[in-house]
Parts: sequence; structure tokens; C-alpha cells
Amino acid sequence: MAFDIKGILSPFKALNQMGKHPHTVKFPYEEKVTAPRYRGLHFNDLEECIGCGTCSTICQNKAIDMINIEGIDPSSGDTGLRPRVDNGRCCWCALCVEVCPTGSLSLTTDYIYVTEDADSFLWTPGVDNPEGKEKKSFVSDSEHSLLEYARVPMRELEGSERVKSFAEVVLGYSEEEARKEAERCIGCGICTDNCPVHMHIPEYINAIAHGNDEDAIRIIYDNNPLGETCGKVCTRRCEEICAISKRGEPVAIRWLKRYATERAANEEMVKEIVNPTILPPNGHSVGIIGAGPSGLTAAYYLAMRGFNVEIYESKAHAGGMIMYGIPKYRLPLDSIDKQIEYMESIGVKIHYNTMVGKDVTLEELHQKHEAVFVGIGFEKPYSIGLTNEEAEGSIQAVNFLRAINSDKHVEIGDKVVVIGGGNVAIDAARVSRRLGADVTILYRRRVQDMPADWEEIEGAEDEGVHIKPQAIPLELITNENGRVVAIKYANAEMVPDPKGGRPRPKIIEGDEHIIETTAVIGAIGQEADYSFISEKIKSQIEIKRGRIVVNESQQTGVEWLFAGGDIANNRADAISAIADGFRATKGIEKFILNKEN
Amino acid sequence: MREKETTIYLGPQHPGITGNMMVKLKVTGDTIVSAETHVGYLHRAFEKLMEARTWLQCFPIVCRICVPEPDPNEENLSRVIEEIEGREVPERAKYIRVLVLELSRLATYLLWMGGQSGSMGLYTMPQWTVGDRDYILDLFEQLTGGRVYHMYIWPGGVRRDLPEGFGDKVLKVMDYLEKRLKDYDDLLFNNALFYKRAKGVGVIDKAKAQEWGVVGAPLRGCGIKHDVRIDEPYEVYDKLNFIVPTYEGGDVWARAMVRRQEFEQSISIVRQVIENMPGGDFYNKIPNPLNWRVPPGDAYVKTESARGEFGYYAVSDGSLKPRRVHARGPAYVHGVSLLERILQGANIADVSFIMNSLGTCPPEIER
Repeated sequence: MAFDIKGILSPFKALNQMGKHPHTVKFPYEEKVTAPRYRGLHFNDLEECIGCGTCSTICQNKAIDMINIEGIDPSSGDTGLRPRVDNGRCCWCALCVEVCPTGSLSLTTDYIYVTEDADSFLWTPGVDNPEGKEKKSFVSDSEHSLLEYARVPMRELEGSERVKSFAEVVLGYSEEEARKEAERCIGCGICTDNCPVHMHIPEYINAIAHGNDEDAIRIIYDNNPLGETCGKVCTRRCEEICAISKRGEPVAIRWLKRYATERAANEEMVKEIVNPTILPPNGHSVGIIGAGPSGLTAAYYLAMRGFNVEIYESKAHAGGMIMYGIPKYRLPLDSIDKQIEYMESIGVKIHYNTMVGKDVTLEELHQKHEAVFVGIGFEKPYSIGLTNEEAEGSIQAVNFLRAINSDKHVEIGDKVVVIGGGNVAIDAARVSRRLGADVTILYRRRVQDMPADWEEIEGAEDEGVHIKPQAIPLELITNENGRVVAIKYANAEMVPDPKGGRPRPKIIEGDEHIIETTAVIGAIGQEADYSFISEKIKSQIEIKRGRIVVNESQQTGVEWLFAGGDIANNRADAISAIADGFRATKGIEKFILNKEN
Repeated sequence: MREKETTIYLGPQHPGITGNMMVKLKVTGDTIVSAETHVGYLHRAFEKLMEARTWLQCFPIVCRICVPEPDPNEENLSRVIEEIEGREVPERAKYIRVLVLELSRLATYLLWMGGQSGSMGLYTMPQWTVGDRDYILDLFEQLTGGRVYHMYIWPGGVRRDLPEGFGDKVLKVMDYLEKRLKDYDDLLFNNALFYKRAKGVGVIDKAKAQEWGVVGAPLRGCGIKHDVRIDEPYEVYDKLNFIVPTYEGGDVWARAMVRRQEFEQSISIVRQVIENMPGGDFYNKIPNPLNWRVPPGDAYVKTESARGEFGYYAVSDGSLKPRRVHARGPAYVHGVSLLERILQGANIADVSFIMNSLGTCPPEIER
């Protein structure tokens, strides 16, 4: 390598390269075939997409916005929005693909887009390029996705340990576990649509994720004064539509709420943290019948707004079904006490052992208060409709649970049969296990048809409850003393419903069996007892299928009478009752203050 | 006749370098009396942009700090975060990262060869090397999904595993490039005209080089052995066999010779990496990026890029976004302060030639 003759001649060797075909593509005469992993133009599977907007959140170029698409309407678990990409801003980093919880968004092998119209750089993937479905290249499967699809497992007592006592089964998240679980949330807020109360779920989860537990508590109490109850026993419709659940386990919203609310160890701490603004007394008064979730919620928010609120509760303890219906291994007494005491501390008055219709009439309440809210719940059990139903040893689940939760003794012996498939049936079965009995649940349909929570069903099975599905009880057999000693049932097969509904059980003729038992617990549903409402008022309100018809403010046909909870909604769970109470707060306030003007 | 001093504004468009900058030259005749660099035509403010983005959102930005060689930026950002966080990176990911970094070095050197020869009027060379670089870009496309901006090395490892049969494809390209090196020698490195143009041009004073902060091939071209891969090995460079070539002279020629030999070393490293590629995970997953907080702390990491030592300093205050990220690349030293010194006495025709030999990269100066 120097300035010599060799160095002068050497470059001429390049001539031997003449005429060689270059490696590069001769565009536009040749088409470039892109790699199977190529990051080209976007494609969105419109059916899979739920419009959560995570793609838009992560985009560091702000190239994605969420827009309405004709023909796609919002529905439960789908905002109805779809991403639109500004190809003039996009840098094809594909972070949007990596964080798409449903996996609907992908990049394709297409990379050429030519237009004279600058506005047409705005593309709605999937709408503007339906052919992209066949060209998907850069996709994020759950292995590569940046989201965490596995839930932080909840620690629980072992099944064999649980049946020894009424100790709480769920042990709760530690701080570290809660932070880790909360970090999984993408904050899309789709869950809030399905929550009857529309709790601020992404906000309180975000607070937990970032270590601000007290903020989380304040956010929870903003529209739910029974957050701790919901943290333990909520039916969590939110989790059903969690965006993460499309490809993995939903964020444990209920357990995170439980974690946050339990950070306040007692009612003083709750009060200190929530620090509610209580308006001075406004001179108005509201009567509430029943200290269940709906009544307590209405009372709490009305009291905060300066109303004089008095609750009339027929029993010795407040809480309604959460106190008397839910077993203590799911919702311990001290937790209920903490929540009730906090409410009393901000001015909610509760008259215990005061039965409306007996100790005081509805008319008297109307004279005393400007508005009355009824939240009495469904406490009257349906008859199971079998011969010998009235015999000794035949018990109704709600009565049984109420007695056990009131520390009373119930003689059930050592072999119990529970009839039903809802949460009450499972509760009765699991309580019976704790009382030392062998328990069999007879249910008409299949296990997957049971209305009870799957976690409850699993919990029951872990504790040794035997579930006998497709079994239709026929009669209770009594001994000479008139006590139930056995139950006769028939096996059933599932036949399609001629009306197109879910399959129905049909008795298999001759396939009848008898189980010996010391007690039969019926749990096939409850109804309300409206005997305290006078005929005159009853004639002015509408009762449909056992439930009082109310408007969007929970107001009945009688303008001063409001209703909520199980008697007004058919969801029959605590969170729906809380939602009713919350709505009634606004309805009652509007009714009273408008009347004043 | 006494020649009058004239001012020439060279740029902001330049042959042979990527990005725009201007050099204000005071010349008498053809000889440069003084040079003053003017940057600011790009004003990309990456460092500031990063302060407004979450940690992961920074990752598609940093590769744009250097267009021809984006990967050291991805490597640095990833490693600086891992350093602060204490995040482990799987062994396989480390090997894949070295593979990407060396392929990137080869691609950059190919582009440099084209630029270096193009800036002296030898236009056949860029046709070849840019074409051959496409073989490497094809590999990148198959591995990462992107040809130029790969966005592939990220905190915790790499984004995707090697595709099926990727190693063989890489080896094939290495064989091809090794064969082509002979042609490059014939056309450029053994070219007497190139020798004549490059020898003694753009000389960096060996005694001053380190004091001025010169790094990479320009420093090794002064006969000083300095390479982060050897001095402070990162990833798996300590498990690989390669030499760091040095050359005396400090001129464009010496720098070209250093890069020419490093080209061979990189081919060897790529082969070793493919041969020793371990199995296992390629990624130690970060938490949900929307809630990912890097613990408070700071760190400085450095990588040997094709243009020299490339460092990143990052500070985290424990929030979702970096408090500060600073990219310390070679371009500022080489392309601004060093260039102004060594242009003195050079010819106007050599300005682009010298700029190219220093690895001047305006986007990185204006990071």
C-alpha cells in the first residue's frame, strides 16, 4: 500500500464487476419481499380490538388517536373506539403492538403508501386496509407482549385448615404483592363501565402501584363507603371485562381494593385518611329502612351533604345481607364493624331492633322525614316445594346463615344436603363444613351453569363439599318422629331448550336415589317482604316480579319514597345495592331541595 | 501576487456525512487559514425529549441520534437503565446484542467506505458498499423487523429471538463480505490515488489526541490502543478473541487502515458469536411499561461504536420518566473542536474528506 504502479493499476480491477446484477431491488420494476417479522403499516383486527386505547397511550410520537367507527357501537367491555394512525408521525417502533392487550394490533409486510392528500396519512388500520389481515408480520403474542398476563396469586388458608374455624380464608396481598399486581394495570378504564357504581378503578390501582395507599383509600371512598366489603366479597363485574383478561388473568381489582382499604386499620384511621368534607346541617331529614349496603350508602353520602339521616334496622346489627347473609370466613365481623362505626362517626344515626311495620309505620316515617329510602333486601326464602318441607331438619339457608352469623346454635347433625347452586347455597354448604358436617350440594343443572362465583365453587370443593350436579330433589323422607332422615332425588339429563335458552334438566325416569341426611338446607332464592307497606301506598307503586319499579334516581311511584338494593335491581349483589344507594343520594337531594324552592 | 483572505461557507449540505452542518472557512487561495463549525440545522433535542417520555418511550428515540449506526444508542440506553435498576440480562441476549453491534459496525464501515471515497470523487465505491450494506440490512430486517432503525436492543435483553436459520444466513453474508474485501482493497485501500490523497492529510497530533478527547479509529490511527471492548469489556466481549488494530500517522490514511482491519476483526467476532450462541431466554421482561419506575440513581455506561467511545449518562428520580439522559458521543469532539483544529492548513477539497474520516455525525452533535 503505497503510491506505486501497483496502486495505480489496482483500481482498474473494478472493471470485472461490470454487468453484475446488484443485490438491491430495482424499484419499481422489482418488488421487495419483506421479512416475516417486518414492521410495516398497521393492521387492526376490528373484532378483537376493544378500544382500550393502550396503543395510543404508549405511542411516543402521539401518532395514534382513538376514533368512533361507523358500525361499531360501544358495549360492555368495548369502548366502540378504534385506533387511527397518523402515518406521517408514526416511526414503526411497534410499541403499540407490544402493549396491545388483545393482540388485535399488528404491523404488516406492506410498506408503500403514496398519496398527494396529506390528510389521507391518517389511517384507521383494519378499516382502510382490510387486506392487511393476510399480511400480518410483526405481532405480539403473549410470550413477547410487554404486559403481564399472570396474576399475583392470592394466599389462602389450606382447605383442611379452613374447615376448622370461621377464620378468613383469603389472607390478602402483602405490600409488595399489591404493588406488583397493581403494576399490571394498563389504566384503560374499561372496567369502570361494568362497575354498577363506576368506581374510579384505574385511579386507585394507579395509586397503589405507585405506593400511594392513602390516595387509593380516598379515591375508593369517593363513591363507595363500603369499599372494604367490596374488596372482600364483590362480584367484581369489572374483572369480567378487564382488558388483560382477553389473553390472561384479569387484574385482581377486588383484591387490590381489599388491600388498600385494609391499610386503614380502624375507623379513626379511615376518618383521618378520607377526611370527608361534611356540610353543615341543612335542616332536612331522610329516613332509611334497612341498614344494608344500599341504605348505608345513601345514608353516608346524604349525611355528608348535611342531611339528618336516620336508619331503621330491624336487627341488632347493621349490614343487612353482608352482616347476616355472608359467612364470616369471607367477611369478618370486625371489618363490618369498622365500616359501620366510621359511618356513625360522620353522623349517620341507626335505630337498631326497630322493625318498620311493627315498631313504627311507614306513614309515621313519612311524617318525620321528608323522604324515605327503602333498602330491605330479599330475606324471605322461597319454599323448596317438596313434601315434608316443614319437617324438623329442613332449614332455609338464609335463616341458617343468619343464625350462625348471630352466634346461635343450629342443629344440623353430621350429614347435610344443600339444595341450590347460587352463592347462598355455597355459603350454606361451606358453613356446614365448618360445623363438622359432610356436605352434598344437589343442583339441577351442570356445574358450569351454577350462578355461584367459580372461586366460591372451587373453595367449596377444596373444603370437601361434594357437588352433585343434574340432581333434582323429589321428596324429603322423615322418620317416625317427623324428622328429616333422607332426601330422594332423581338424576337428570340436559335437553336443549325449545325456546333457544340454556339447556334444561329433564328427569331420567327410574334413575332415583336416596341420600341419608341429618339436615336439608334449601337455597333456591329469596324474595322481599313488603307487608309493612300499606295498601294505599302499594297501589301507587309498581311491583314487578317481586321488585319495586324505580326511575333513574331510584324514586318509586310515590315521590317521597325511594328504593334500592335487591328489591329494586335484579343483580342482587352488594355493589349494585351500593350503586342504587349512591344514585338515590342524588335523587333524594334533588327531590328535597327542589321541593324547598 | 499576494492572495486575499476569503470567507467560504461550506455546507450545510455536505457530501460524505450524514446530516447537516456548516463549516465557515477563511481561506487564502486553496489553503484554509481557520475553520469555524456551525451546527444547529437539525436541532433535534433528543435529550430533552426523553425527559418528557416514559423510560420505554425513549427507546424508539435514541436510535435516531445516529442514523447510520443506531444500535450503540439502543445498547447504551438499555445498559444504563439496567445498571441503575440492577436488572440481569440473559446470556443469550448478550450474545445477540454483540451480534447486532458488530453487524452494525460492519454496516457503518461500509457506509464510511462509500462516503470516504465519494468525498474524493471515487463514486464506484459507494455504489458497491451501499449495495453490500443491504445484505446486512436484510439481516437486520429479518432479525428486528426494521432495516435502518432496529429498535431491537431494549432493557432486559433483546426484543425477539433469532429467527429460524438466522446464524447460517449471517455466516453466508460474512463469507461474502470477506470475499468482497479483496475488491474494496483493489479499488480503495490499494489505490495509489487514495494513498496520495489521504497520507499526511488531517493529521491529529498524537501527543494531544487524548487530551483533546479523541476516541475510536482516529485515536487508534495515532498509534494509541484504546477500545472500550477491550479496556472495559461489556456484554460478552471478554469471551471473544479479537485484536485492536492501531496505525501510526494520525492522518486520514491511518484512520482508513485502522477501519479496514477492524472490518476483518468484526467479521471474526460475528462468526465467534454465531458459533458460541448459547440457548435460553433472550429477554428478562420489564414490568408493564406504563407503570415502570426505574429506582432512583444514576449511571454511566459506554460502548465502542464504529465512530469511537459512546457513553450514556442517565439519572432517575424514581419516577416513570428519566430525570436526565445525556449522550456523550464522539461526534461533538471530532466534528466540532477537533475538526476546527485540523482543518487549519488543509485544502478546501479535503474538508469533506477529513470530516468523513473523523466520523462526523451532526445528528449526534445536536442530540
